[in-house]
Amino acid sequence: MNYSSYIALIPLLPLAGFVILGLFGKKYFKNSSGVFGCLLLLASTVLSLYAAYHYFFIDGKVGDTYQTLIPIKYTWLSFSDSLSIDMGFVLDPISVMMLVVVSFVSLMVHIFSLGYMKGEERFATYYAFLSLFTFSMLGLVVASNIFQIYIFWELVGVSSYLLIGFYYERPAAVAASKKAFIVTRFADLGFLIGILILGFQSGTLDFSTLIQRLTDRSSPQLLAIASTSFLGISLLTWALTLVFIGGAGKSAMFPLHIWLPDAMEGPTPVSALIHAATMVVAGVYLVARLFPLFHINEASLQVVTWVGATSAFLAALIACTQTDIKRVLAYSTMSQIGYMMFALGVSGYGGENGLGYTASMFHLFTHAFFKSLLFLCAGAVIHLVRSNEMKDMGGLRKLMPITNIAFFIACLAIAGIPPFAGFFSKEEILFAAWQHNPPIYYIGLITSGITAYYMFRLYFSIFWSKPHHSSPDGYRGITHHSEGTMSMKIPLIILAIGTILVGFIPFSNFISSDGKGFVSEMHLTFSTMPVAIALVGILIAYSLYFKQSDRPQKLAASLGGLYETAHRKFYIDEIYLFVTKKIIFNIVGRPAAWIDKNIVDGTMNGIAWTTGRISVLVKGVQSGKVQSYALYFFGGIVVLVILFLYVLK
Amino acid sequence: MSDVPISNILFVSTALFFIGMYGLFTRRNMITMLMAIELILNSVNINFVVFNKYLYPEKLDGIFFAIFIITIAAAEAAVAIAIIINLYRSHRSIDVEKASEMKW
Amino acid sequence: MSASAIIFYIISAFILGAGTLAMTTRKIFRSAIWLLFSLIGVGALYFWLEVEFIAAVQIIVYVGGIVVLIIFSIFLTQQSGSEMPKQPLKRIIASLLAVLFGFGLTFLQIWRYNFQPSIKNFDLSVSKIGSQMLGTKAGGYALPFEVVSMLLLAAMIGCIVIAMKSPRSATNGKAKEEELEAIKESSDVEITINEITGT
Repeated sequence: MNYSSYIALIPLLPLAGFVILGLFGKKYFKNSSGVFGCLLLLASTVLSLYAAYHYFFIDGKVGDTYQTLIPIKYTWLSFSDSLSIDMGFVLDPISVMMLVVVSFVSLMVHIFSLGYMKGEERFATYYAFLSLFTFSMLGLVVASNIFQIYIFWELVGVSSYLLIGFYYERPAAVAASKKAFIVTRFADLGFLIGILILGFQSGTLDFSTLIQRLTDRSSPQLLAIASTSFLGISLLTWALTLVFIGGAGKSAMFPLHIWLPDAMEGPTPVSALIHAATMVVAGVYLVARLFPLFHINEASLQVVTWVGATSAFLAALIACTQTDIKRVLAYSTMSQIGYMMFALGVSGYGGENGLGYTASMFHLFTHAFFKSLLFLCAGAVIHLVRSNEMKDMGGLRKLMPITNIAFFIACLAIAGIPPFAGFFSKEEILFAAWQHNPPIYYIGLITSGITAYYMFRLYFSIFWSKPHHSSPDGYRGITHHSEGTMSMKIPLIILAIGTILVGFIPFSNFISSDGKGFVSEMHLTFSTMPVAIALVGILIAYSLYFKQSDRPQKLAASLGGLYETAHRKFYIDEIYLFVTKKIIFNIVGRPAAWIDKNIVDGTMNGIAWTTGRISVLVKGVQSGKVQSYALYFFGGIVVLVILFLYVLK
Repeated sequence: MSDVPISNILFVSTALFFIGMYGLFTRRNMITMLMAIELILNSVNINFVVFNKYLYPEKLDGIFFAIFIITIAAAEAAVAIAIIINLYRSHRSIDVEKASEMKW
Repeated sequence: MSASAIIFYIISAFILGAGTLAMTTRKIFRSAIWLLFSLIGVGALYFWLEVEFIAAVQIIVYVGGIVVLIIFSIFLTQQSGSEMPKQPLKRIIASLLAVLFGFGLTFLQIWRYNFQPSIKNFDLSVSKIGSQMLGTKAGGYALPFEVVSMLLLAAMIGCIVIAMKSPRSATNGKAKEEELEAIKESSDVEITINEITGT
């Protein structure tokens, strides 16, 4: 079966959904827009699964390597004979995997939103935006051209802005959406410069040609880019680091992570889709896509590794002190993406050496399942309790049994307890780190312990420890005694099942750094360390939070300044604010504003004023007096007569 | 008759024309403007007749032009008076400076 | 200087003098009378030029019709004895300059041009005028004649329509009188012309 006949439908169906719901949703689809959106996405998901089945099991493999197929390609903008921006679809192992992930998680979120956003006035707009986002993300993952990925990158940013700021009457939401957009846009500047350098040096923007030209040891382009240096660092390092900066902005890596916690102002299903499973992994995906280039440039790979490891560790520390459940989950996302990043960083290339690459992609896959499950459960809890703070919850296990079990499964997965999905992927990451870069292994190990601690802290606080205020039925603030509609429960169940089963997929057979599948083994003795640390973390959380007590407060008090710093997110926001307000605004912003207001505006106003004055002077000609007109008339005739008699002989 | 050079006769008509023009520019009263126009038309008539008589005496075209001009001048004077009367009704004066509604 | 030349110069001085006075006097009725004299002078000039027919038409139509019409309208619209307001000096000077300049330019052209008077005889008889006026061959003016008749009809109707008082405000008798006068004047003119042209 020919791919090109249906592969284009996968992103185009959600685009059609956006257009139809955006234009006609308010009038015609008031209540049915949710079902409409879900149906379109169901079609997309089925097609993605079919494409994956086809690719991985039937004809993707030639020899023992998975081929990079380009079913559709069309030249959009041609700068010269060699340099052109083509729009195309590329099918290779990671893009097919991402198609499945994005469409599946998006489908779950669509179904969940049927119940969560019910009664919302801008229901159709919400689904239109969700469809726009899905289209952008799907377009991003199948991009065959680095410029095309940049276009869809920005589209994803726009959709994220629209969705975070969905409740636009709330100033906090508006501020958060602006922050997200500005920070990622700022990072994208680096991305663009990186694209330009890469495109210029290699003469092409197409991914496969680019990679092939710059990794072939004998190619002249590689020689040129590697030997040219700017400020003592080779151009290739610059380009790749800048591209990574763009990816780091989108993936909320330190220090460009400041937008992710604030982005939780958006509706919770949005957080599940965008800020857990799909958009934030775009940076990881980008590095994976350009992995052959990163591999030959040791310096940029080191940058990737250390940024990832730092983000993972810092985020875990901050998450231990947060009280808003969505913020805890946001920092946990940042931490897990840090894992994915440093897994790529410690990876080699080819077969067994590329374990880090495979592990990173595997973790991306499993993380999509359990993180979106966590967010959707949080959504269900928030829907019931009407508050995001942990202190307003507690003891909810009797009220929300399904959510309880789903949340528990997801927490086990993220902590890395076998046989759940997170165990397999985390174990592979740590093993790859141990093999190539032991210090990173230790950081990852400690972080997984902290991860287990804060996740179970969250779980116990929501579902187990009694609420702080005692009232007859025990739950103040709960307005209705139902867990949520069926449309909210089904995605939870499906994702929970997925979390249990997905770990058993032999991922390395399908996805590896060079396309050749390999068999990765289970290293049982090695895995005991991470599991043990995770269990220790769980026990600590149990002792502090299972029953209500004041032990957490005493512990926080005894840690004093350390606790406070972590609680304040290491003051990074304050540093940013200082730099932008005091330095950039005063030195750059104010003079620019002055020039704009006085010089540019002044010129325009001056021109307008002059025109006004001239018109006042000229309008006197039309005085309404017939005799003046007669005089002018006569004057004109005399001039013409003179002209004809003497000048034009 | 031929001892007055043609240009002298044309001097009269030209002078009459420009006297009429001066009156057109200067007079504030609509009826006097009409009188000035009559003077102008008369000067043109003199011109036609003179040219016909001295330059093309075998034809009569100038005479006919003069006749038609007189006719049309009469019609035009009548219509002009009607308009002046109408304006007088709305403005209660025939001062042409007062009828300046078409100004900016 | 022959007698006819002297007569010519007297007539032309009369025309120009009366014209100037018509254009500069402050009292409107006097201005009308000076105009009357000026037009009579033009008629005299036609007599001197031996185009009697035109002279007769001039006296009958212009002097007897149009100037009378003007005098009627003066009576209708204001006190004929009162003085007219004066123009601002700027306007007078500007017009004077313009007019003098124009006159100079035009007369320069006329003076420079060498007019060659023809030696043929000029014979003007009414029968010739009549036959050419209604002739349809080349040189005949039947078509312009008919067109001018239509024009006169249109002018008459137009005058009535323009000067007609709208029914809303036709309450005072004076307005009715004005209407009647307007109709009478235009019909006067038409009758006169029709008499002359023999239709």
